[in-house]
Amino acid sequence: MTKTINITLKVWRQKSSDVKGGFETYHATNISTDMSFLEMLDVVNEQLTLNGKDPIAFDHDCREGICGMCGTVVNGRAHGSEKGTTLCQLHMRHFSDQDTIVVEPWRSRAFKLIKDLVVDRSAFDKIIQAGGYVTVNTGAAPEANTIPVPQEIAEKAMDAAACIGCGACVASCPNAAAMLFVGAKISQLALLPQGKPEAAQRAWSMVRTMDALNFGNCTNERECEAECPKEISITNIARMNREFIKAGLISAIK
Amino acid sequence: MTLNANIPGGPLAEKWDRHRFELKLVNPANKKKFNIIVVGTGLAGGSASASLAELGYRVKTFCIQDSPRRAHSIAAQGGINAAKNYTNEGDSIQRLFYDTIKGGDFRAREANVYRLAQISNNIIDQCVAQGVPFARDYGGLLANRSFGGSQVSRTFYARGQTGQQLLLGVYSALSRQIAAGNVKMFARREMLDLVVINGRARGIVVRNLITGQIEHFAADAVVLATGGYANVFSLSTNAMASNVSSIYQAYKRGAFFANPCFTQIHPTCIPVHGTYQSKLTLMSESLRNDGRVWVPKTAGDKRPPGRIPESERDYYLENKYPTFGNLVPRDVASRNAKAQCDLGKGVGETGLAVYLDFEDAIKKDGEAVIAQKYGNLFQMYAKITASNPYKEPMMIYPAVHYAMGGLWVDYNLMSTIPGLFVLGEANFSDHGANRLGASALMQGLADGYFIIPYTIGGYLAGTALSDVTTDHAAFESASTEFKDRIARLLAVNGKRTVDDFHRQLGHILWEYCGMSRNEAGLLKAQKLIQELRAEFWQNVIVPGSDKDFNQSLERAGRVADFLEFAELMVIDAHGRKESCGCHLNEAYQTEDNEALRDDKNYSYVAAWEFAGEDKAPQLNKEPLTFENVALTQRSYK
Repeated sequence: MTKTINITLKVWRQKSSDVKGGFETYHATNISTDMSFLEMLDVVNEQLTLNGKDPIAFDHDCREGICGMCGTVVNGRAHGSEKGTTLCQLHMRHFSDQDTIVVEPWRSRAFKLIKDLVVDRSAFDKIIQAGGYVTVNTGAAPEANTIPVPQEIAEKAMDAAACIGCGACVASCPNAAAMLFVGAKISQLALLPQGKPEAAQRAWSMVRTMDALNFGNCTNERECEAECPKEISITNIARMNREFIKAGLISAIK
Repeated sequence: MTLNANIPGGPLAEKWDRHRFELKLVNPANKKKFNIIVVGTGLAGGSASASLAELGYRVKTFCIQDSPRRAHSIAAQGGINAAKNYTNEGDSIQRLFYDTIKGGDFRAREANVYRLAQISNNIIDQCVAQGVPFARDYGGLLANRSFGGSQVSRTFYARGQTGQQLLLGVYSALSRQIAAGNVKMFARREMLDLVVINGRARGIVVRNLITGQIEHFAADAVVLATGGYANVFSLSTNAMASNVSSIYQAYKRGAFFANPCFTQIHPTCIPVHGTYQSKLTLMSESLRNDGRVWVPKTAGDKRPPGRIPESERDYYLENKYPTFGNLVPRDVASRNAKAQCDLGKGVGETGLAVYLDFEDAIKKDGEAVIAQKYGNLFQMYAKITASNPYKEPMMIYPAVHYAMGGLWVDYNLMSTIPGLFVLGEANFSDHGANRLGASALMQGLADGYFIIPYTIGGYLAGTALSDVTTDHAAFESASTEFKDRIARLLAVNGKRTVDDFHRQLGHILWEYCGMSRNEAGLLKAQKLIQELRAEFWQNVIVPGSDKDFNQSLERAGRVADFLEFAELMVIDAHGRKESCGCHLNEAYQTEDNEALRDDKNYSYVAAWEFAGEDKAPQLNKEPLTFENVALTQRSYK
């Protein structure tokens, strides 16, 4: 049954990356507990707008947990404290009346701030461009059932492919590493027969690009796995490391 | 004006082959001399960009999100159809074609739909080769499931996130071409206007959403793949940024808008729960494979579902449509849900919901099997509603989901503006008056991977194009127009927010141009829309400036366009004095309350031509002729 709560928000406001930012306090009243976190921000923004203030900028789009566009740090946790949940799927029923909620953008050297809670994640695109694909032009594909893929392998590849590229792994890592994101893509394609011919080149090139883009290193904190809204497993990082080592030691690419 | 769809001659099954042979080719060495603009990076735009770049064209691609991977195709859940017949049930290209034409209630073009069915098989091959992790059987071969409007299992899927996996496949192909330097990618750009020079589409004007800067881009051809306009209803299953603006501006520049009133209401969505609600969440149609739809037999029965014995439940779809049961097409399922709720049999707090029950499926197959098929959907449902669908039935209600209407295109997917091509949901081409499940992904990828690469070559090779750069005065005049509009939006400084106007517009359309429509309601809606539009320009409040990242300003522009476009929708609905597919005009129904078509007078595509601000749009008709299927009253009994 619907009930309402009153909360206090401390939200990071920053006009752009070249000016200083800071927290601002807002009071949100009569918030239905059936609202999503983003709907609560909508309500706050409507009020700010009517009061002649600048509404809070935040990224969002599908609002059903699949596009990967939304994401902020809520009370120190990427996408908030619910497990396996994007911010748009986090509902206000998980908060209590009179709570104070701190909302900040993803913070990482590789993600430059654009405004308020909005950051630039184009570094992720650059990593994919470095090799996160199978080289097959349109029209060149063989009949789909020519190559069987064991169901278990297909399922594992699907587990890795479920990554939505939101950046929560980077935001939650003390080193701001992107290894879970990169490991997921390398794993998906290394597991499948279609991805094997380029596996070494892919691992080598994607990892090198990741390093060049200022992402940190993995020190096995496992925060990424804990905070990932799609619950991507860190076994994908292990697989990435194996693929990278194979590429460096035994393949012809280096 | 007579609309020539440029459908090739010859038997239906040979048209596409023949056309591909007859289309002129661009010499491989010359392709790099042509610049092509693609707007949108969903399944259609992304696959077009990648495929055109692979051929050697110089492509510039634009999207409003921060990355091409986020286009709304990503949210498609259930699957993608193809006529592979891996299940040996007797599927074929002919059958997929027939189901799609019939599902669309005979308001689509035969030649286009047949081509779509032919290409469907190539799409699956292409996606598998890219590493899309489709569901597989124990032997490692591809698995299938069934969808509405079909009696064969022809839907390929990747759990409940098929759209995501197909889009990531497209994104990977696009990324490869970006890395190769063949595609130049412009993210966080919103197209404001189409630039038409000497009657041809030659460029676009965009706004950089981070800096607010207005930018100009010239090209030899422009491809719009900007998706559908279901958000005109404010509450829909579409992503928040989905809009009509790009295709609406193209309409104002001379592209005809076809069948705008054909909007799909999807039967299985999570019901509305409050006025603040920002969007509706779809529960994939695939759930109707195993879920049984029911309501209590007695109106006003407020007992919890578990307390209502079997004998007091009405499995109304199974009872009314024994052949198709729970898998009737979307328009039929939606109208029946509404009818039950109108009878007072609706469930839940608002009475605007029906049950979708998995108890029998879980008993039969076990929870693990159901979880493997629909796990992420069940999880999504539980998160939103705080109720466990493994233990109690889901509550669902219809919601606006998809636009069958869109810019009119010929067989080459070219609009009435030469050089302007329109792909995917943004065009009107293949779904008639109702789209079958798992067909949107198929159409988006068919258009982008396998149609535009040929037809755009035919246009470029067969046309003498003058040199055009962004120095041409048409760019400056288009951008001045939009700078003025932005300045006007910021200057109103009224008392109602953009979202407030959008919500009211949505209410008007849902009430009068939604699941059922009538003469008086549509006329009323037109007047209400005009009044609301006038108020918008007097009383909207848009904070901030045009020189930086301003999401309120973005939305204001989109809602301003919706407020104009909504009237076109209502005019179209009013003009179609028959019922077909999604368009139920209450005056035209069969005895069983199914849509009653008037093939003699309305078997045409309504293609609307812009006649000037505040002038009634001009209707042009493309007659639909059916040579290969017999027009019947659709029956799913």
